[in-house]
Amino acid sequence: KMEKVCDAQIKGVSTGTTILAATFDGGVVIGSDSRASIGGEYVSSKTINKVIQVHDRVFCCMSGSLADAQAVTKAAKFHLALHSVQMETPPLVIAAATILKDLCYRNKEELQAGFITAGWDQKRGAQVYVVSLGGMLVSQPVTIGGSGSTYIYGYVDAKYKPDMSREECLQFAINALALAMGRDNVSGGVANLAVITESGVEHVVVPGNKLPTFHDD
Amino acid sequence: MALSNVLEAPAAGFNFENSSRNAALQAGLEGQTPRPMKTGTTIAGVVFKDGVVLGADTRATSSEVVADKMCSKIHYMAPNIYCCGAGTAADTEKTTDLVASNLTIFSLNSGRKPRVVMAVNILQDLLYRYRGQIGASLILGGVDCTGSHLYTVGPYGSVDKKPYLAMGSGNLAAMGIMEDGFRPDLELDQAKQLVRSAIQAGILNDLGSGHNIDLCVITDRGVDYIRPYQESQYKDHRTNKYRFRQGTTPVLTDTVVPLELEVVEEKVQQMETS
Repeated sequence: KMEKVCDAQIKGVSTGTTILAATFDGGVVIGSDSRASIGGEYVSSKTINKVIQVHDRVFCCMSGSLADAQAVTKAAKFHLALHSVQMETPPLVIAAATILKDLCYRNKEELQAGFITAGWDQKRGAQVYVVSLGGMLVSQPVTIGGSGSTYIYGYVDAKYKPDMSREECLQFAINALALAMGRDNVSGGVANLAVITESGVEHVVVPGNKLPTFHDD
Repeated sequence: MALSNVLEAPAAGFNFENSSRNAALQAGLEGQTPRPMKTGTTIAGVVFKDGVVLGADTRATSSEVVADKMCSKIHYMAPNIYCCGAGTAADTEKTTDLVASNLTIFSLNSGRKPRVVMAVNILQDLLYRYRGQIGASLILGGVDCTGSHLYTVGPYGSVDKKPYLAMGSGNLAAMGIMEDGFRPDLELDQAKQLVRSAIQAGILNDLGSGHNIDLCVITDRGVDYIRPYQESQYKDHRTNKYRFRQGTTPVLTDTVVPLELEVVEEKVQQMETS
C-alpha cells in the first residue's frame, strides 16, 4: 500500500517540494518546505530536513526521491570534506555544486534527485547553483525548484531584485515559500531557511502557523 | 566499515547472483510461486523522558492467511539498540541480523558501544544499495552516550529522525493515536500506554495486524523486553490433546543390521602443550 508507483513519479518517499535560493548584498538565503510524501497523497513526514549543510559555508537543498537525495548529499559531503582537507582551504561553492552535478550526471539512469547549492566563498562571494535532474549545472542569482516552484515563478520574477538587504531577501524567500506551500499539495509544514554570509550561518525556521498569509487565507 | 565487516567489504552496486536461479525456478513452477511472508504490521516507537519505547503487533500474513500468530517483530541490534521491522518478514529478519552481527564485531574491535546513528547509517547504505528490492521498513530505537534516539529507515533508503513514529500497514491508525497522545518528556507508564494504544489501533483497524502487543523499553539502565505486553482476547482453546503415548503405533517387525566398519587410516599427531 505504501509502495504505490505511478508513471514519472518517485518510488518510495518523495521530497515534494518547494526549494529556493537567492543572493543578496553580502550573502545568500537558501530555503525549503518540510514535507515528505508518498504517492502524492500521504504525508510521511511533516518536518523532514531538506536544507543540508555540506560544508561550513555551503548548503544544499534537495528535491526528488528522498532516498536518492540523502544518498547523494552524504557522498557529496564526504567528497567535499576530503577535497577541502587536501586543498587546506574552505571549498568554493562551485566545487560543491560540481560534485553534486557529477554524481547526478554520471548516475542519471538510476537517480531521481535535483539540488540547489548556495553558499559563500572567499573568491566569488555569495553564489547560487542549480543541478537539475539530468545533471545540468547552471549558476543563477536566484533560483527555485521542486514541484511547488511552478506556482511562484511569477512572484519571483516580479519581486526579486539583486542587491537587496538581508531582511528584504529573507522576507522575499519566506513569502515565496508560503505562496508555494499554499498552492502545492506536496509542499508544506515549516519553512526551513539558512542565511549564509562571510561571518557565518543563521538558521531560520518559520512554523506553518507563523507564515505570512495572503488575501484568501 | 573497516571495524565492522569481518568478511569482504560490500561490493558496489546490486548483487545479481540469484537472478538466473530465480528465473529458472519461476519457469519451473509455472507461475505457482510461493507468496513471500509479509509482516503486514503495525509498529511504533516513542522517545520518552528516560529512553525509548518500541511496540509491535505479532501477526505475520502470507496473502490472506495468517502465517504466524506469535511472530516477533522487535529485533535485537545491540544491547542498547532494538529495531522493529515491517514489510517482507525474511528481509527485516535478515537485515537486522546482519547489522546486529556487524555492530557486535564493531564493539569487539573498537571497545565501544555502538551508537544508534551508526546502525541507521549502515542500514541506510545497505537498503539504498539494493534500491528498494529489500522490502524492509524499520523503526530503530536506542539509548547511547549521546542520548535517546528514534529513527525510521524506508525500503529505498530514506531516513527520518522523529520523537514518535509508526510504520507498517497499520501505521495510519497508529499515527492518529500518536499524534493525539504524544507530548515531549512523557513518563514511562504514559509512554507505554501511548505505544500500546497506537498498536491496538493498528490491530483493530488493519487486517494485516493482529494478536498480541509486544513492547520493548530501552533506557540507559537496560532493556525491558515485554513479550507479550498485552495478549489477544481471541485465544483458541484446543479441545483435544495431540500428544500420543509411546506404543500408540504398534511395532510389527524389528530388524537389526550391524554396520561393518573398517579402519582405513590411523594418524597420530602430537599436540604441543608446553
